[in-house]
Amino acid sequence: MTEQSHLTAGAYLRVGAMLVILTVLEVGVFYVPAFRAVLVPVLLALSAAKFTLVVMFYMHLKADSKFFTFLFGTPLLLAVGVMVALLFLFLGALTLRGAASAG
Amino acid sequence: MTQAVPLATHHTSMGLDNRKMAFWAFIGSECLLFGSLISTYLVYKGKSVVGPYPHDILNIPLTSGSTFDLLMSSLMMVLALAAVERGDMKWGKIWLFSTAVLGLVFLGAQVMEFTEFVHKGLTISTNLFGCTFFVLTGTHGAHVAVGVLWLLTLWVRALQGKLGPANVTTVDITGLYWHFVDVVWIVIFTVVYLIQ
Repeated sequence: MTEQSHLTAGAYLRVGAMLVILTVLEVGVFYVPAFRAVLVPVLLALSAAKFTLVVMFYMHLKADSKFFTFLFGTPLLLAVGVMVALLFLFLGALTLRGAASAG
Repeated sequence: MTQAVPLATHHTSMGLDNRKMAFWAFIGSECLLFGSLISTYLVYKGKSVVGPYPHDILNIPLTSGSTFDLLMSSLMMVLALAAVERGDMKWGKIWLFSTAVLGLVFLGAQVMEFTEFVHKGLTISTNLFGCTFFVLTGTHGAHVAVGVLWLLTLWVRALQGKLGPANVTTVDITGLYWHFVDVVWIVIFTVVYLIQ
């Protein structure tokens, strides 16, 4: 696997345009009341799409060695796991406390 | 003019550049740092007992502009890398300098935002929101500041003729750092500013 198989300037511009469009969509969705019910999943999906585009094309993980993907992906998954676990721990405890006081 | 000299590069037994491999490992450790800061922000979200609260104070138009600015700086960075790779140092210098300028614009907007918050009564010791917000966004801002200094150093070296196609890995690693700062902001913008 090569370390230097980078894209052309035109491809970088196309990725940049997609990032701008996704950002406009994000801000647009935030201001449109109709999206209020699905705001969080839509924003998280748009954010994940932007994150993936930058990492794959601007940081060249799509073309670079898979070992770099491992070096980045493992701690990233660990960080996301810790985040989800902490949220369950704290918000779950709150929910249980609320249910106990209601019951 | 001094000729651009490649740094002594060593390749690992896997055939990969050792500096690039070390830098990816560093970025992995940074994921854990920012993961812990974002987790802390989320865990304490909505638990402030006194104001100001996020919906009273966060300025979405300003931070949308900052997000656009940082995305464009990432684009400038890859264009700088592409120019250095093809030996076009004139455009390499222009794109490197543009990236640094956009980074400075981002920092200027963050200083404006922080100043406005302090005037509205939100400091790092006001409430849980202030504490977690300033630590998270301040740490990110410090990373941007380091990135700007790094970019300006590369730009000055390019002006001195000490940076050329032979040093493409140096520019590539600088780009990795800058794009990482950008992806962290992508997450912060969504989690802190848009999901209130």
